[in-house]
Parts: sequence; C-alpha cells; structure tokens
Amino acid sequence: MKNAQAYFKSPWRVLIFIVLVLTTIIWLVPIMTSLVTSIRTFNDILYRGFISWPEEITLGNFKTAWERGGLSRYLPNSFIITIPSLLLTMLFSSMGAYALARFNFRGNRLIFFTFVGGMLLPFQVLMLPVFKLTDFLGLYDTYWGLIFFHTAFQLGFCSFMLRNYMRTVPGEILEAARIDGCSEFRIWWRIMLPLTLPAIAAVATLEFTWIFNDYLWAIILLRSEKLKPITAGLASLQGQFVTDWPVIVAGALLGTLPTLLVFLFLQRYFIEGLTLGATK
Amino acid sequence: MVRLRRNFLPYLFLAIPIIIYLVWVIGPMFYTFYLSLTNWDGLSSPQFIGFRNYERLFTDRVFFLSLTNNMKWLASFVTVPVVLGLALAMILNRAVPGEKFFKMSFYMPMVLAMVVSGLIWGWLYHPRGGLINSVLVGLGIVEKGPGWLSDRDLALWSIIIVAIWRQVGYVMVLYLAGLKSINPEYLEAAKIDGANDWQVFRKVLLPLLMPVSVIVLVISVIDSLRAFDLVSVMTRGGPANSSSVLANYMYIQAFNNYRMGYAASIAVILFLISLVFIFIYLWRVMQDELEY
Repeated sequence: MKNAQAYFKSPWRVLIFIVLVLTTIIWLVPIMTSLVTSIRTFNDILYRGFISWPEEITLGNFKTAWERGGLSRYLPNSFIITIPSLLLTMLFSSMGAYALARFNFRGNRLIFFTFVGGMLLPFQVLMLPVFKLTDFLGLYDTYWGLIFFHTAFQLGFCSFMLRNYMRTVPGEILEAARIDGCSEFRIWWRIMLPLTLPAIAAVATLEFTWIFNDYLWAIILLRSEKLKPITAGLASLQGQFVTDWPVIVAGALLGTLPTLLVFLFLQRYFIEGLTLGATK
Repeated sequence: MVRLRRNFLPYLFLAIPIIIYLVWVIGPMFYTFYLSLTNWDGLSSPQFIGFRNYERLFTDRVFFLSLTNNMKWLASFVTVPVVLGLALAMILNRAVPGEKFFKMSFYMPMVLAMVVSGLIWGWLYHPRGGLINSVLVGLGIVEKGPGWLSDRDLALWSIIIVAIWRQVGYVMVLYLAGLKSINPEYLEAAKIDGANDWQVFRKVLLPLLMPVSVIVLVISVIDSLRAFDLVSVMTRGGPANSSSVLANYMYIQAFNNYRMGYAASIAVILFLISLVFIFIYLWRVMQDELEY
C-alpha cells in the first residue's frame, strides 16, 4: 500500500494508471472472451447473443476438440517434434558457440556472422529447397524431416546468443583446467556448459515456444493428419468444425496450454532470452 | 603437434553445426536463386528460363497487391507497437502497483502460437456472434456490424491489429531492458540543468535508447516480411486477394499451383528487401564486437 501511495503522488500519475488499466483490459479481452466462449454452446451464443447470461455451462467443447477434433493426437506430436529439435539445437549450438567464443582461428568471424545473418533470413527463401531436400532424403512426411530443419534453422540464433554469453566466462578457469591436462571436449562439457547454464535456460525456453508454435514448416514438410503438430492440427480443426466456434476456440486454448505453462513457470528465462541479444 | 591439434580443434567443434547449417540453410538460400530462374512444377527437373519469372512478376497484379500489403504491415509495425511498447516500458519501468500483472498481460500474446491468436481473433471478428460486433450492435453504434474479415477494405487491417496485439509485448520487453541499462545519473544531471520531462525524454533518453531502437526496427521489419500464419488461418489472403501478403502468395503459387520457379522469384524479392535490414543488424553486432 505504501508502494501505491508513493506512486499516486500526482494526479498525472493517476491518469496514467487509469489508461494503463484500460489498455490492459483491452489486451486481455481476446483471452477472456475465448475462455467464456469455450464453455458455452454455439446455439446458445447465436440465439441469445454473445453478451448474455449463458443458458448452460459445458466442458463438452474441450472434449469434442480433444477426441473428435484430434487434439489427443496433435498435441503429443508437437512434443515429439519439439523436444528432439530443442535438444539437438542446444547441443550443436553450444559446441559451435564454444569454438566461436574461445578460439582464434581463420574464419571465426565469417562463421559467426553467417549464423547471425542466417537467423534473420525470411524463411520463405528456404521453403522450396528445404521441401525438395527433405523429399530427396526420404524424410518428407516424417517427424525427422521437421526436426532436422528446426535444428538447423535455430542454430543461428542459439549459437549467436550462447557464443556472446560464453565470451563473458573468465578465461582463467578454462586455462587452469587446460594446464591440469583436461581435454577440450571435457572442458566444454564439464566446465563451459555448467557455467553457461543461465543462458542455455533462457535460450531453450524461448526456443521451446518458437518450435512448438511453428506452423509454416509443419504444413510444408508434413502431409499426414496423424503426424501433424498442434498448430497444423488446429488449422485442420478449423476446417472440420467450420461453424462451431466454441469447439475451435476450446481447441485453440488447449493447444496453447503447454507454451502458456512454460511461460508462467519460466517467465524469467523467457524474458531473459528475448533481451539477451538486444542489450549487453 | 600440440599446436597443430589446438588449431584443428575449433573446426572439430564446429563441424556438425556448420555442415547442418550449410545443408539446410545456406545451400537452400542459394538454390532458391537458381530456382527463380527456372520453370519448375516440383516433380520434373527444373528448366532454365533466365529472368522470365521476374518479367512476369512485374506485370502480376496480385504480386504488387501482396507487396503493398506487406508494406502496410511494415509501416504499421514500425510505428504503433513501437510507440505503444515504448510508452508501456516507460510507465512500467518504475514501481507501479500491480506491475507484474500488467507486464504479464502484455507478454502473454507473445507465447500464443500465431495460429492460436488467429483463431481466437477470428472468433472476435465473427460477423454475428463475435464480441466486437455484439458490442457495436449492443451499444447501438451500428445496426449491423461489418464483416471484419470478409470486407475487402477491412480484412488486412483486421489481421494487422492481431499482429500488433502480439508485437507490443515484445517491443516493451526490449525497451524495458534498454531502460534498465541506462545510468539514472544521466537523467538526474539533465534535470538539475533545468530540462523538463519532455526534454529529458527527447534529448537524453531517446538517444541512449538508440541501440535498442535499431534492434526493434530490424525485428519489426523482418517480422512483417515473414508474416504468414495469421493470414493463412484468418483469410487465406481473401477476399479477392485483398489481404494477401508475399509469403502467402508464394505458398499458394508453389504448393497449390505448382509454379515453384515463379514462387522462388517471389522469395528472392522478399530476401532482397530484408537484406538491407540484415546488414543493419550485422553492422550493429559488428560495433559491439569492436568494443571488446
């Protein structure tokens, strides 16, 4: 309360606060509306209007989306795709980042800038060749086709972030290990990685939501309904229940639950990940 | 021998990342340039036709419509979310009661998949049962609400609003981090010298936030050029291509019409536009490097 008193010391501040509250309400409206919609029936909304007291409250929409809408399949698929992609990207980028951060060698800068530039590529420019490559490797319409692509594309961002962080680790620690006869791979695995853990946590949290939320690559590299992740699945759900909006909205809410939970529990890392590259 | 091994080592660490990156990212990028000079249906082998795809592109009405739409998206992205995000960051940078809750409300849209945002908003925009028209009609502002996604003049803007809804939190995060890194003594000094709040903001704060602003600008541009998911879920570019953006037009050309060479030329144009901003970003990173 003391906090509040200190803040509202001028009328100007009160006004700003009111504007802030109103903006926040507007920002929350879409999610609140979805929550309300998901527990009503479409007939109820259409006949009585959206702004009305619901005739009945039901969890049926969630059940329909989960069973008939196929979310029980799509949601596990998302994890099957996201988790290996995440592990592989983190593994490879932390290896590359170590070399880029800690060794002077020819091509260091070139490789580094290629990674940085690559992370900003409009991915449309990769769409057709990657489609063709995946097909050529016999990976079209398999989880692995998608996993390989995510691993590769996210390497740019992860290597960039981890490399910058690894540069801040004091060199004496590594030097001491080297003098003790520690091999470079051991130094990377046993000393560098534990010291980089904060950055790895931040980058991994962010990457989890990015890969999990991908839609474009899922529809390009997968065709079978039974392999689709939640994003592509929700698009199918929309086609299947064209007019039954409460089911679609319930499906969307279910589908976003994993990333929402990750965000709620790992918010600090998520935000750190976003700001890691922007400021030092 | 030891020296040799140490020189060789970094390449050992980098071997796998580099090979994967070359095969899945850098190689494909160059291959797209080649494809853009061919006639290719995706099945038979590509046929070299020189610059004919580009010639056709310049007479393609839908291409220009999509490009214009991307530019509208871009113009909205480098203004509205930036101003709003900066304003919110300024407000939330000091201890506001309920600060955590406010921040979370603006961050939340960021973690939702684009597809989820598109579906949720698609329902808000629903002509009859949707919240927006229900409110408009309920308050007696209009007799019959517009079809937000089915009206040619409204569809694109309705989608851009969703994108802005997502983007504000991102910009806010970046500016909050920027504001935290500013030494408060600078601001104190300006105030002691008699500068008013607006002058402090204009002459001290904004210049100090410049590095963050560059990042915000680049990210906004890149994100607006990448725009695909929302359009794909909400309108598929319709009605009558009025909300089409380059990524969607390219996707349709490639995977619905099997004109992959033509689609590649659209991708190349997108790439060339982003190149400018990729270089701005690289230049910024390079400056950080020189400080070491």
